[in-house]
Amino acid sequence: MAVSLEIVSPEKLLLSRPVDMVVIPGSEGDIGVLEGHTPMIVTLRGGTIDLYEGDKIVEQLFVHGGFAEVTPERCTVLANKAVPLNEVKKAEGEKLLGEAEAGYEAADKTNTAIEDEALDLIQLARSMIDLGH
Amino acid sequence: MPSLKALRTRINSVKSTQKITSAMKMVAASKLRRAQQQAEAARPYAERMERMLRALAASVTDSSTAPKLLIGTGQDKVHLLIPVTADRGLAGAFNTNVGRATRNLARRLESEGKTVKIFAVGRKGRDYLKRELASRIVGDVSYAGRKRVDFPDAQDIATRVTAMLAADEIDVATIVYNRFKSVIAQIVTEQQIIPAPPPPEGESVDLGGATYEFEPDEETILAKLLPQALAIQLYRSLLESAAGEHGARMTAMDNATRNAGDMIKRLSQNYNRARQANITKELIEIISGAEAV
Repeated sequence: MAVSLEIVSPEKLLLSRPVDMVVIPGSEGDIGVLEGHTPMIVTLRGGTIDLYEGDKIVEQLFVHGGFAEVTPERCTVLANKAVPLNEVKKAEGEKLLGEAEAGYEAADKTNTAIEDEALDLIQLARSMIDLGH
Repeated sequence: MPSLKALRTRINSVKSTQKITSAMKMVAASKLRRAQQQAEAARPYAERMERMLRALAASVTDSSTAPKLLIGTGQDKVHLLIPVTADRGLAGAFNTNVGRATRNLARRLESEGKTVKIFAVGRKGRDYLKRELASRIVGDVSYAGRKRVDFPDAQDIATRVTAMLAADEIDVATIVYNRFKSVIAQIVTEQQIIPAPPPPEGESVDLGGATYEFEPDEETILAKLLPQALAIQLYRSLLESAAGEHGARMTAMDNATRNAGDMIKRLSQNYNRARQANITKELIEIISGAEAV
């Protein structure tokens, strides 16, 4: 009774292990993945991936957005960047938020794709501030 | 016949050259190993991304709304060439090959009446193309002094290329780089990246009859996935090129070391012969002098 979870960044395979359940931060809400989940492809927002064994969280990672592919046996996360949660720094988030807000001001509001991208960055910075220390 | 002293200096200078080339060979070998490991580490992401692209491509049926990255601008007039070279020389024909291939491609496209733009990655390629095609160069980037290229570097290039595409400045983009086949063989490869080539055939996931659900929806995911896929493709060619560069340098330096060895052998033979000739000459002089008395 396990899902095999893989977290990959463009630079390397970060994590590959079976877990009982994994909660991933989908862009439209968190998704809990157990074995036998219906196949899905989702985009991710900046947030934490929680790895469960039994009903306890054994590991938490912070992802900077990306994609995930879920099949009944597997959960593959393509993260733009992922770090252990305890390495997330509030200060970095605040710095990023400043840049992101400036980026949003400068963004071309008529182009929804660009606007969305800027908003995603702000959201990422906010969650870094919330979760960092 | 050069003098004994001149020969001795030559031999010493060739010896120190040999020391340098063999050191460079060793350095290239260790860098090659690191570059190969980096390329190896990047493979899982690319493979999984291809799998997702296949799944998406199969379910996006309405291609009229598909992003430009996938279908292009519908025209074939302005071509962007992206030659990927090293920042340093002394790697045999490594840089020249890419430069020449790019030049030929540019010539061919122009003779067909198309406009060519060049975005040069790497200092050597830029310098090479500047000589003849300076007016076509629209941008360049180099990583001189850097230990390795990272994914953000590739992402940076991808952003610039997509911006050009979005502004309708280019219709087609092709990357020209050295594919790493083995340490001694790098193959110059021209690969079209915009419009995106169809993902290569591979194992498709057996879902037991079920189909993927998409969240948000196919188009949105595709619009986000494609720029990432482009960056990945660029990243892979940067890595291949880096591995190729070190391979090429290793081979070139190995040859140079061997040539220097041959040269030292020949020069020492000349030196010994000259020394022997001198002695013989002196002996003859002494003997004929003694006989004359």
